[in-house]
Amino acid sequence: MTPALRVVAPGLMTTLQDLGRRGYQSLGIPVSGALDAVGLVAANAVVGNAPGTGALEIAHLGPALLVEADSVRVAFAGGAAAIEVLPGEGAPGGRRLAPLQSARLERGEVLRIGALGQSALGYLAVEGGFDAAPVLGSQSTYARAGLGGFAGRALRAGDRLPLRRAEAEEREEGMLPSLDLAPPGRIRVVFGPQDDCFSARGRRTLLEATFRVSAASDRMGMRLEGPALEHAGGFNIVSDGIAPGSIQVPGNGLPIVLLADRQTTGGYPKIATVIAADLPALGRLVPGASIAFAAVGIAEAEAEHRRHAAMLAALPQRVVAARTGPGIDPAALLVSNLVSGVVSAHDP
Amino acid sequence: MTLQTATRTAATVSDPPGLTPTLPAARFLPCGDTALTVELGDGVDLAVNALVLALAARVRDAAVPGIVELVPTFRSLTIHYDPLTVVHSELEARLLLLLSGLSAAGRTGRLWRIPVCYHDSVAPDLAEVAGRTALAPERVVELHSRAAYRVYMVGFLPGFPYMGELPRELALPRRENPRTAVPAGSVAIATTLTSVYTLESPGGWHLVGRTPAPLWDRARDPPVLLAAGDRVRFQPISLDDYAALASRSAAGEMRLQPEEAPAGAGELP
Repeated sequence: MTPALRVVAPGLMTTLQDLGRRGYQSLGIPVSGALDAVGLVAANAVVGNAPGTGALEIAHLGPALLVEADSVRVAFAGGAAAIEVLPGEGAPGGRRLAPLQSARLERGEVLRIGALGQSALGYLAVEGGFDAAPVLGSQSTYARAGLGGFAGRALRAGDRLPLRRAEAEEREEGMLPSLDLAPPGRIRVVFGPQDDCFSARGRRTLLEATFRVSAASDRMGMRLEGPALEHAGGFNIVSDGIAPGSIQVPGNGLPIVLLADRQTTGGYPKIATVIAADLPALGRLVPGASIAFAAVGIAEAEAEHRRHAAMLAALPQRVVAARTGPGIDPAALLVSNLVSGVVSAHDP
Repeated sequence: MTLQTATRTAATVSDPPGLTPTLPAARFLPCGDTALTVELGDGVDLAVNALVLALAARVRDAAVPGIVELVPTFRSLTIHYDPLTVVHSELEARLLLLLSGLSAAGRTGRLWRIPVCYHDSVAPDLAEVAGRTALAPERVVELHSRAAYRVYMVGFLPGFPYMGELPRELALPRRENPRTAVPAGSVAIATTLTSVYTLESPGGWHLVGRTPAPLWDRARDPPVLLAAGDRVRFQPISLDDYAALASRSAAGEMRLQPEEAPAGAGELP
């Protein structure tokens, strides 16, 4: 049998994602890809993969996966989850794994990732990657049209996820000593493309109010609850193109930040656009989290983009040899900064 | 229609010297640090859309480093780019040059003939459309299938073509109560537009027919049949023909080929 991970439990919404599908937006096909590129690239770096290798994106609650390969090396990056390796399906005992640290699993072992805390997202990378044929140049799952991933959809119990490698490479485990996953105090935006469809008060509200992430959010868009943003006139425009991070405001005045599975065009005015450097952090926000915005100019957004890209590009060089031995590595937990800097509802 | 020069640009960028405002003006709308929309007009208009498609072709041909992809829409072109390679100010400067003397002449898209069954059983809103437009159902079908349409843009759903112009007699606002699930293949009209739902989807347009043609096929690259700038005619077919073609389509045996694009440079539907 081909080497694979078999899905014992799928988690809440687990999909294969890479850095997205480019070049088909003019045909209405969304980019998709990881909501949190930092988590994806970090998990890949720890197992020695190229940054954009497809990995499992885990939302809120992780899966349980049975190893049906001689061995496999895995690494998890993202929300603080309990990561356990059980000796078999339904077997008691087992060992805990640290995030941001690779581990080798043997045939018959079960990797179980629990509920994610503080962050909505986590990424599980396997050394060598999953053996899923790219669709239109990407392994990313776009479930609405059944594109990419495994059978074009989120994982289900019983699925077999083929692996490119039959066994883990013989080498030391790696770890990333630190990774800042904390959201910035304020999510930065550039006004436009349709800020002129809003009153001065509407634009002010965007910057002065604190919003709350709605539970109705998904990979397409993050819905925000809070004061309505006042339109200047109507709330329909002639449909035009949509950028990642566009903040679309339909008739009820409540903003929706458009994410990886966003439709390529839309007919609601978009007051502002979240800068690319802040999108990964945005994707990690859990329902109920507070969120506030600050406006920056395009030049500043571009400078942040360069800084962010340099940080991502440097991640593989920051991977060091992990100390061996069972149990949790407290160092890895401590430096995985998930808490500080969370937007407070008391912020102005 | 010719665009003389690009003029009014949004907010942060001032006009370069030597360019005086003329109409129609191009507006540059910033979309964060990875996209920029160039708006060439105000509404849904074949002439403005032809300029958008001409601009898209020019930008593509210019192969500007850093441009990742282009999304033409009714009246604007959205340019997705990599700011590590080209920054907003440079891109605007390049676009100003590309906008200069822009003309839609000489461009014509592929012509497709798409079979549509207008039988009541697959056209749930045909009777209502006939009632509200005070036309016989046969006349609605005749008007809808006699016109030639241009694909203004593709969006909303993968492969969903926004096509116009619908004959004025058929123009109706969207349904007050959108459906939660419109079947794939539904041929629909609303306002001055017509389209085909490529996937099952919620939808608020009036469903006047159904096509068996595979406008969306995951096994194809690209999986989408129609592109912005293409021209489309609908060919009425019987319910029996629909059933036969639908089973061929489901088996992956129905392939549509574009008909020859007519000579006549710049011809528009």
